[in-house]
Amino acid sequence: MKILVPVKRVVDYNVKVRVKSDQSGMDIANVKMSMNPFDEIAIEEAVRLKEAGVATEIIAVSCGVAQCQETLRTAMAIGADRGYLVETDAELQPLAVAKLLKALADKEQPSLIILGKQAIDDDSNQTGQMLAAMLGWPQATFASKVVVADGKVSVTREVDGGLEILSLTLPAIITTDLRLNEPRYVTLPNIMKAKKKQLDNVKPADLGVDVAPRVKTIKVVEPAQRSAGIIVPDVATLVAKLKTEAKVI
Amino acid sequence: MTTLVIAEHDNVSLKGSTANAVTAAIQCGGDVHVLVAGSNCAAAAQAASQLAGVAKVLVADAAQFADGLAENIAAQALAIAATYSHILAPATAYGKNILPRVAALLDVAQISEITKVISADTFERPIYAGNAIATVQSSDATKVITVRTTGFDAAATGGSAAVENIVAVADSGKSVFVSREVAKSDRPELTAAKIIVSGGRGMGSADNFKLLEPLADRLGAAMGASRAAVDAGYVPNDWQVGQTGKIVAPSLYIAIGISGAIQHLAGMKDSKVIVAINKDPEAPIFSVADYGIVGDLFEIVPALIKELG
Repeated sequence: MKILVPVKRVVDYNVKVRVKSDQSGMDIANVKMSMNPFDEIAIEEAVRLKEAGVATEIIAVSCGVAQCQETLRTAMAIGADRGYLVETDAELQPLAVAKLLKALADKEQPSLIILGKQAIDDDSNQTGQMLAAMLGWPQATFASKVVVADGKVSVTREVDGGLEILSLTLPAIITTDLRLNEPRYVTLPNIMKAKKKQLDNVKPADLGVDVAPRVKTIKVVEPAQRSAGIIVPDVATLVAKLKTEAKVI
Repeated sequence: MTTLVIAEHDNVSLKGSTANAVTAAIQCGGDVHVLVAGSNCAAAAQAASQLAGVAKVLVADAAQFADGLAENIAAQALAIAATYSHILAPATAYGKNILPRVAALLDVAQISEITKVISADTFERPIYAGNAIATVQSSDATKVITVRTTGFDAAATGGSAAVENIVAVADSGKSVFVSREVAKSDRPELTAAKIIVSGGRGMGSADNFKLLEPLADRLGAAMGASRAAVDAGYVPNDWQVGQTGKIVAPSLYIAIGISGAIQHLAGMKDSKVIVAINKDPEAPIFSVADYGIVGDLFEIVPALIKELG
């Protein structure tokens, strides 16, 4: 069974990004970039399925600028067997990425596609569901447990108020939530091995996909800041303030 | 111009998130219709018809809609999509699961988690965990949008919309609902609560979290937690407030033993009043708190409960 895992290159989650002074976007020049954390969980889950003898091959895909190669090499160091870079300098929105991934899924015919539930830059939470719809496949989003058996995958999902279990007929789409697994640390020998793995470069035009953005960003601004309040000396003062000043209790 | 809102419900009742999405729909301009796709869902449809500003409720009642499977609900929305200028759903686990499927098959973009309607095609939405607010404009014929519920007041009741049954689409047959474990609690739901008592890593253990229960009981509050507390296994996953958990905006948020990581602040900084209790005076949570107490939470929380009486 083949598993396809898309990975996105995003600003590292430890970096505090700032809005550009001309309000045209975020200032991400010279900041550390990493694999989207949810995508790392997706790769880890695929590798565990391979280690368990369920999957036979893991193909990582990244869409974007040439430097996405680094993200793909990280995926390979975790355990992906080979990769595709869909290279473009154009701004890619979720609808376009889903179309690119559909074209690759049509070509590679994986049984399972595991994606991160959302990227931590645009916080869209769309690509997996869009891809599932385009392929006509079932989906289980926000997964916290995945079990593959007999042509089906049973997925425990994190939903509001608790958990839900779905059974999907393969091929299917899964998007990962935080607690699905804890990705392993990549080791130096695996980083070296990853450098030798096959990486194919394609362009959106090769896949017949128009990636033109549908949504225009007019401006990006800092959110309204909360001003720090006061430190109160004791609980009696706190309760008095909450009752008489804030009037919330 | 007409807007369709996909209702979130459990067949017997309408989820509060639907009323917030209806308010955003009204702000888009034009009439508002609500789709209730469920099984034996007349009660939920009735509740939707009573939301002020709703002109019509469309009901697709069939067994395949009983458990809100994304494949089936999205297909039902698509079946009636052609006449709508906007299709909205709440940005909850339910809406986020379904709506991108609708957008993809209409070949339009989705605009996620809007917090403001500027005009019929222009919206505000937070990006980078709320560290920036983007104003975005859609060039698509149909605007497909999820609505961050804390950005919009709930629509009032008192309406009396027409309720119309529509033909249900067939079951996709590719996904089957197996089971659901819903945590039972007498406390209000986290996203709907007026007061939230939230604990962090500073609580130290699952047992210590019990210390917060009498406080939550006294205030009629929901209980929440930071990701650190959830990851440490102190409390269940669905208590998590933050970028990757629940986004909340209660009247009063009491953060206890929570340092205030960016990811946590992203989930609660729109609360009306924030109280922080932490032993570290430098903790970032104090920079957003209206009232702070520096000290040992294991002394302060019991004293607070006593003071409240």
